[in-house]
Amino acid sequence: MSVSAPVKLTIKDYKSELHNDWCPGCGDFGILTGIQMALAQLQLDPDKVAMFSGIGCSGKTPHYINAYGFHTLHGRVLPVATGGRLANTALTVIALGGDGDGYGIGAGYFVNTGRRNLDFTYLVHNNNVYGLTKGQASPTLSKGKRTKSMPEQAIQDGINPIAMAVAAGYTFIARAYALDPKHCAQIIARAIQHKGSALVDVLQTCPTYNDLYTKEWYEGADLPEKKSRLYKLEERGYDGKVQDPSDPEEIVAKKAAAVARSYEREPIPIGVYYEALLPTYEDEIYKRIPSLKDTPLVEMDTFHRDVTPLLEAMR
Amino acid sequence: MQKNQLTWMIGGPQGSGINASAEVFAKACSRAGLRVYANIEYHSNIMGKHSFYRVRVGDEDVRSYRDNTDILVALDHETLAGDGDHRRWATHFGHLHQLNEGGGVIYDSEIDFDPSQSGRPELRFYPVPFMEIIKKALEEVGKGEQARRYEVMKNTVGLGASLALCDYPFDLVGEVIRGQFKGKRSEVGELNVRAARLAFDHVRDNFDADGFPYTLKPGPEPKARILAKGYEIAAIAKLKAGCALQTYYPISPATDESVFLEKHQREYGLLVVQCEDEISSINMAVGASHMGVRASTATSGPGFALMVEGIGFASITEAPGPVLVLYQRGGPSTGLPTRQEQGDLLFALHPAQGDFPHIVTAPGDLRETYQDIFSAFNWAERYQLPVIVLSDKKLAAIYTTIDKLELKYDQIDRGALFTGSEWTSVDAKGPNDGHAANGNGHGNGELKEYLRYALTKDGISPRSRPGIQGGRFWSTTDEHDPDGHITEGVEMRVAMMRKRMGKLALVAKAIPQDQQFTLHGAADAELTIVAWGSTKGTVLDSIKVLEAEGKKINFLQCRLMRPFPAQAVGDILRNAKRVVCIEENYSGQLATHIAAETGFLIKDRINKFDGRPFSEDEMIAAIRGALAGKTEAVVTNVR
Repeated sequence: MSVSAPVKLTIKDYKSELHNDWCPGCGDFGILTGIQMALAQLQLDPDKVAMFSGIGCSGKTPHYINAYGFHTLHGRVLPVATGGRLANTALTVIALGGDGDGYGIGAGYFVNTGRRNLDFTYLVHNNNVYGLTKGQASPTLSKGKRTKSMPEQAIQDGINPIAMAVAAGYTFIARAYALDPKHCAQIIARAIQHKGSALVDVLQTCPTYNDLYTKEWYEGADLPEKKSRLYKLEERGYDGKVQDPSDPEEIVAKKAAAVARSYEREPIPIGVYYEALLPTYEDEIYKRIPSLKDTPLVEMDTFHRDVTPLLEAMR
Repeated sequence: MQKNQLTWMIGGPQGSGINASAEVFAKACSRAGLRVYANIEYHSNIMGKHSFYRVRVGDEDVRSYRDNTDILVALDHETLAGDGDHRRWATHFGHLHQLNEGGGVIYDSEIDFDPSQSGRPELRFYPVPFMEIIKKALEEVGKGEQARRYEVMKNTVGLGASLALCDYPFDLVGEVIRGQFKGKRSEVGELNVRAARLAFDHVRDNFDADGFPYTLKPGPEPKARILAKGYEIAAIAKLKAGCALQTYYPISPATDESVFLEKHQREYGLLVVQCEDEISSINMAVGASHMGVRASTATSGPGFALMVEGIGFASITEAPGPVLVLYQRGGPSTGLPTRQEQGDLLFALHPAQGDFPHIVTAPGDLRETYQDIFSAFNWAERYQLPVIVLSDKKLAAIYTTIDKLELKYDQIDRGALFTGSEWTSVDAKGPNDGHAANGNGHGNGELKEYLRYALTKDGISPRSRPGIQGGRFWSTTDEHDPDGHITEGVEMRVAMMRKRMGKLALVAKAIPQDQQFTLHGAADAELTIVAWGSTKGTVLDSIKVLEAEGKKINFLQCRLMRPFPAQAVGDILRNAKRVVCIEENYSGQLATHIAAETGFLIKDRINKFDGRPFSEDEMIAAIRGALAGKTEAVVTNVR
């Protein structure tokens, strides 16, 4: 994590001046605010933060944040962010993208990035639809569901991103709700602080195309008792944190508990499902190249290396 | 006078260690002052399928292989007779038909083989009891009963036997074998030396080797040459240039370069990441480039097919990299994974959607590979674009002597940098498309803050990187404004396209002419050969032979493919008496490229697309054909 700037930074310091073109009421606003609140909470120097995004409505997020921002390719944000993180381990790296980006076209990278346990944060804006292309089913929409933008019901089932993240190896797995930016910010801040790969799947509304999972639906406005369809894990005594990371049995038990919770429907749990402090990819690199621990790759003098020994060995 | 030169070949099933024997022999020759050109042909298979390695050595420079060999070491029946007896469609017909007259064949006497029925009864045949010799070597250390476990030493036995034939000093080879088995394995090394020696003595004692016509003497004096493989030189160039991150996904024949780098990553502080696929490889390298390090990747055609979106990404975001070494192999699709082809030129030139700048260069030999890869990192950073270095299976796998490996252009150039210590002095005035009116104060000609995509006079915006105070920027794969924010405005679109595409003209001016193309030979030739990449050595060797017959031939070697030196190449071709383009692909991709760039259509094209490189003999025949007005496709003589 980078050093705090001397002056106290507020949420305003993380806002760019670019006009925002998301639809009014878009869940992305809540996530954007959540990110900015988390950055302010952690007092991260905007020059030491690199945001990476995929393609889609959510992909525009870095443009609205006052930090280094890379709006990359559809589905490839994780490899790009990984390359960035490896080049400069002194920076805070946050990647984000939509559910189609991360769990569909980018599913291979979602899985393989989890295997590395690189120290970075990945936020998925999960709204069950492809918004920017006008509302097709995303990989999280369940079989048989049909939003107003779809000509037919979803013919295939949705995936369970939390369970997938557990299987892949993410060491911090949480779910947040875009329209509760304060809670979302807390979760994001914890994810950033976590040493290792952190996934935050943020449930998000798409007021334009997703008429199934609306603000009202999440709030349970249609239910007789008008009870929220969400509940916070920590409020029900759930603790997903592995106390002893050297104990494989505890790890498996906590993973199993997280997976079990991830299949709960109505109410849907939000909060931290799983957390474990395990060696990161960086730790493994430092074992191989110890000098990288103090000097990020980008600061190393790599030029005109002495290759004479390699050539001599070829005589 | 008989020249001091020889072609030696070993063949056997994959996994039988033919590489080790051939490379020991090559090294023993190189160290003794001879020049070496060795190449391997192998299947996409781990164990069992036929492979062969040929080593051409001599006093004079050798830059290609010959059809025929003087000595053949056969570890199995297939090496002698081919696979027609157990395959419906024969892959090859063995190597007996490739022996020079009076050549020698060393083979395992356990092989069921009758020389009189071989079709080449006039050859000299030397059946050697491979296993008996291994057993004898083991008996000397009390391990005689373990012979079957050491069957893999057959390759060494074959090597030792062949040395007796060509009368090459055994000790030179023994020393190399010992060098290959160091530390704990030195015992195995001694065992191998012993087996080779016993085989050497066996041939001396049991055959009349003295009359063998193809002998080899060490060079007049040992020279301090290096003997290197192409992928090693590529990797070393990357180390020299300061590459900090290499990403890759395993693929033949590109993997070796990355594995070589990984082997040395600890001592050189270079990070090598094995990715989940090539899409990840290229994008990781792009991310690292933007973050300020020199990053690269290496792949082959099928992997490159996945990487292409990353090329467009790097180019539109003006990433200072990466450098991508593309090892071509036989295509299309999976094609011929371990075989030669120059089939990806047009693909590398147009890899992704839209118009965007990138550099493509195609070095012709290992020294050019070293220089071009080193330079590629400078070009990538100065012009903020991806660079593709085209190599191929042949350049990756050849094992050849290099007199001296040095860089003619050895400066590190990181291009225009925003340092953070002061505001950039660039004129950021650019067209205001309305969208950029976001209160940041630019658009009025007065620079108040750093703009990553500032519209400068030469189109190059000094680059910052994350972490630098005050150098903050955005970047997007969408069309964008100087801030790096998305725009669809007409004026800005036009300005940004011109900014990016205009960089190609700067590159064309800046790259030294000798890195762009070379006209080998005299200007007034009766025939001008146009070729590129790894056929360079074969063309040069062939011309040398034909010149000795009084033919006047020159050779235009195209190297920088994008931006293409259209004017100069066009001038040369228009002034040529007769032009033929020789390529190892089906359609003549360079000829097509030249036509597009210069308007000069080369109609005479000689192509080879059977997955095998031109031999010197085939090249000579092809050129003779061209001189006589015949330009037929060439199918390899070596099957």
